[in-house]
Amino acid sequence: MTVSRLLEPYKFEFFFHGVIVATLAGGLCGLIGVYVVLRGMSYIGHGLSHAIFGGAAASAVLGLNFYVGAGIWGFASALMIGRVTRRRLIGSDAAIGVITTASFALGLALIGLFGSASKSIDATLFGSILGISTTEVWVVVGVTAGAGLVVFFRYRSLLFTTFDAEVAEVSGVNTARVDALLMLVLAGSILATMQVLGVILIAATLVIPAVIARMFTNSFSRMLWLSTIIGTACGFVGMNLSYQLDISSGATIVLVGAALFLVVFLITGPAGLRRLAATDAHAPS
Amino acid sequence: MTQERRTLIELDRVTCAYGRRPVLSNATLAVRVGDFSGIVGPSGSGKTTLLRALLGSVQPIAGSVRRERGVTLGYVPQVETVNWDFPVTVSEVVIMARTRGRILPWASRNERDDVEEVLDRLGIAGLGRRHIRELSGGQQQRVFIARALLAKPDLLLLDEPTSGVDVRTRHEVLHLLGDLNAEGLAIVLTTHDLNGIASHLPHLVCLNTEIIAEGEPRRVLTSDVLERTYGEPMDVLEHGGMQIIIDRYEHNVIPIRRSAS
Repeated sequence: MTVSRLLEPYKFEFFFHGVIVATLAGGLCGLIGVYVVLRGMSYIGHGLSHAIFGGAAASAVLGLNFYVGAGIWGFASALMIGRVTRRRLIGSDAAIGVITTASFALGLALIGLFGSASKSIDATLFGSILGISTTEVWVVVGVTAGAGLVVFFRYRSLLFTTFDAEVAEVSGVNTARVDALLMLVLAGSILATMQVLGVILIAATLVIPAVIARMFTNSFSRMLWLSTIIGTACGFVGMNLSYQLDISSGATIVLVGAALFLVVFLITGPAGLRRLAATDAHAPS
Repeated sequence: MTQERRTLIELDRVTCAYGRRPVLSNATLAVRVGDFSGIVGPSGSGKTTLLRALLGSVQPIAGSVRRERGVTLGYVPQVETVNWDFPVTVSEVVIMARTRGRILPWASRNERDDVEEVLDRLGIAGLGRRHIRELSGGQQQRVFIARALLAKPDLLLLDEPTSGVDVRTRHEVLHLLGDLNAEGLAIVLTTHDLNGIASHLPHLVCLNTEIIAEGEPRRVLTSDVLERTYGEPMDVLEHGGMQIIIDRYEHNVIPIRRSAS
């Protein structure tokens, strides 16, 4: 494969947009995924993307802007999951299952009743780089910058709440607000990146970079940096491979991440496995 | 003439409930400067709830909690509740005490110095970069005490600080807490360990949903109080000036063996 072949897709504006969005989306999901994984809520990415799909269908039927309709729907679902989990009415996995699958089913029902949504359902489900507008690029840039600022300025309270919510609360941290903020950032991230990564595969981009980073380090701050870099690299490489191999962008990005996981798993061996135990624990109780 | 010590927190006829079931009933208790108290009682007797009422993390359904203005609290949770696999180093845990009101993610030079100082004070200097799982039981407990101390509390509350640790670690923790108390820090802890911990403390609160008795161990560790607290007959022996509590295990277990056979 020559350099000119590798650079060939950059002649097209749609691909240039796609690379920017996929790279930022990978980094964004890598960053937020650390909190998702360490809170034992890996399933939330899967669930929320499905919930947002329901919102996308409803907004199409009601003639609302995609980001407005799906955004409100996603934020509401995320806050509801956080609230149900916090009150310990049911476990977080059950809360995610009930709320988000009901939302997804409602979206399917609306499409069935009122015809297909204006956006391609295939693209929404599996991800596509076709038709990414400049506005959508700016939305991803904006959400990435916003998430980065939230993590930067709320780094300490997010870490304390994720590690030990009870002590954080009695130490004066408003853990309810921190949890709500994280849910909003998560919903925003999924909403912004759904077009490229797809509803079905977005959860993997939240989980895989964080899990790989965990195998490398025992430090939270290093895990945050590593996961962001790994996510960014997977997004960039995956998007380029997607064009070269003519496979959907979401699938390629996830496969690059999965291949990297396998390599790191083989390199780090038992030490990496031991560190992975943390990603299986439901940290805050 | 002894001067009355300043009251830090006062519970006045406090009742707390989870759902409709009261887990702490009509508790009246004052924690004063220099106190070193242990809360003892059987599982489900409301020990942790009493601690949480002192912390202000549970709201009473009756009664009131009065905390003196400006009093700061440090809290050390049960080690069993800690996720030891969480990717966090000793320094990262301790600096969590400096979360409120801090904007920048990284620790300032002053904060790093403060962390080093508190780790040094607790005898775990040089372990800042280690992962929390890589420490011994006593060192792990010290990390969480260090986090609580970094907030410069007037009162340190510990939930079962010696549960699940070996005898040596228990001694380490008890000595450390004794030293901190001698330096002026008020301490309240919960414990299941009547002989290993409670009988060594200067003040005890015997709890079984309501406070059964409180005072010096010599006064409250009696067969009558212990039976009312634990609902089981217990004997109290004296050895070397200390009380040793023995539960009448055989009396209770023989009928079970017979019925099982």
